[in-house]
Amino acid sequence: MLCQQCRKRPATVQITQITDGHKVELHLCEECALKSGKLDFISDPQVSLENFLTGLLQSDINAAAGARPAGVQCQACGMTYQEFSRTGKLGCAECYRFFMDQLQPVFRRIHGNTRHHGKLPRRLEGAARARREVQELRERLRRAVEAENFEEAAALRDEIRLLEASLNQEPGKTGG
Amino acid sequence: MPGGINHAMSKWMDGSGPEADIVVSSRIRLARNLTAVPFPNRQSKEQADRVIEQVAAAVERFNRDGPMHLTVYRLRDLTPLERRVLVEKHLISPQHLQSADTGAVVVSQDETLSIMINEEDHLRLQVILSGLQLEPAWEAASRLDDALAETLDFAFREDVGYLTACPTNVGTGMRASVMTHLPALAMTNQLPRVVGAIMKLGLVVRGLYGEGTDAIGNMFQISNQITLGQSEEEIIDNLRNLTVKILQEERTAREDLLHDARYQLEDRVSRAYGLLTHARIMSSQEAMQLLSDVRLGVDLELIRPVPIGILNELLVETRPAYLQSMAGEELGPDERDRRRASLIRQRLQNRAGI
Repeated sequence: MLCQQCRKRPATVQITQITDGHKVELHLCEECALKSGKLDFISDPQVSLENFLTGLLQSDINAAAGARPAGVQCQACGMTYQEFSRTGKLGCAECYRFFMDQLQPVFRRIHGNTRHHGKLPRRLEGAARARREVQELRERLRRAVEAENFEEAAALRDEIRLLEASLNQEPGKTGG
Repeated sequence: MPGGINHAMSKWMDGSGPEADIVVSSRIRLARNLTAVPFPNRQSKEQADRVIEQVAAAVERFNRDGPMHLTVYRLRDLTPLERRVLVEKHLISPQHLQSADTGAVVVSQDETLSIMINEEDHLRLQVILSGLQLEPAWEAASRLDDALAETLDFAFREDVGYLTACPTNVGTGMRASVMTHLPALAMTNQLPRVVGAIMKLGLVVRGLYGEGTDAIGNMFQISNQITLGQSEEEIIDNLRNLTVKILQEERTAREDLLHDARYQLEDRVSRAYGLLTHARIMSSQEAMQLLSDVRLGVDLELIRPVPIGILNELLVETRPAYLQSMAGEELGPDERDRRRASLIRQRLQNRAGI
């Protein structure tokens, strides 16, 4: 495909622009793309992550208008979900609890994921690590059953039982 | 200025790290919040003060128990000029200047470790090291995190990890980044392609001073975007592997330039060196571009050697606020351009022995 601007060089850059809900695709060569100024997101303060995020949240809200109760509010700091979607910032740690249902799709859009797999604070490390392990074992168990690998499934099931038993015995102290 | 933050250099500028010719610095930043207090965008001045006091107490304990020494400065106790110097040295973000009333910064003597208090989150721990050293930076940041967590109760949920004011940081709360110097990729017009490839991998490219700043002097900051669902080690592995690839591309582009346009390149870097060692008026923008050329010339041994540490230091020393802080007064743009030219002449001539 040739560049839609100069019609001389091959188009190597595809730019997708969404204006007023209409999607326009441009196929340009690097030279024209640079000239058009559409690639200077590096230096354009308007295209910050925050603006991107609030745009995303607004569209979420618009899409779900009516379907979702409008009055979700954090009982700890008083932040409403509407307010959050305008500013892109939550008000306190408790907001995560009150907005979790609404936040899940947001996490998925931003991170492609909804579960933490990183560091655990020391004070929670033991029990949290064991619970995380149980969860991972369950996932492996599911896959083993799907693959009709029943021998492995049985072993995994025993492992899960053992871990869960130790978790129930000594909450906060056990772990792997 | 109080204590140490007035002195010229931070440890990360010394050019001692691996691949320091292209990777200027590696940085790990961890966002943490206290459980019982609203996030900075929603807390009162009194609550903000309480946060600073609590962090200061935790820092005091950290100082008592270990070999490092951290100092706490409230932003309102610093002059506007001093605050801008902290930005130029990458110790606080440009955004943090807006919370001058309620913000504070904690800095180690060698400026490797720092903490922004009451920026977007209650704490932003930061470790900067010279060259490509993401793993050691992460280990240092994590140790500081552990030490502070002995006193401070950080907001955390098992399902979504560390809780942050903005959901773009939730999970690890970690932003890992490398500052890279990519002049040959820029000269050979390969940046759009490289930037495109970086973005496809879910990483971001920004200018010298982070979000919303220009890519000046061919300096590009590459960092992770995703903070939830990957472990810190995975995020760092991804970034390091990508950085190594970009390094190789930059080196290849340099070889191509040497092969195809050696004279033009020699001419360009020599002119840059000539201007920097002789000009009497030098704008900040021009200095950044010429320093980039000279850095490339030194890397390729096309001009007489200048220690990389000097070039790194000049990146900060020639910035407007730093120049003024060295002069001890506010300077107009013309006066700054004259002082900048004179400073660069001195620094290059003294060390390079012209």
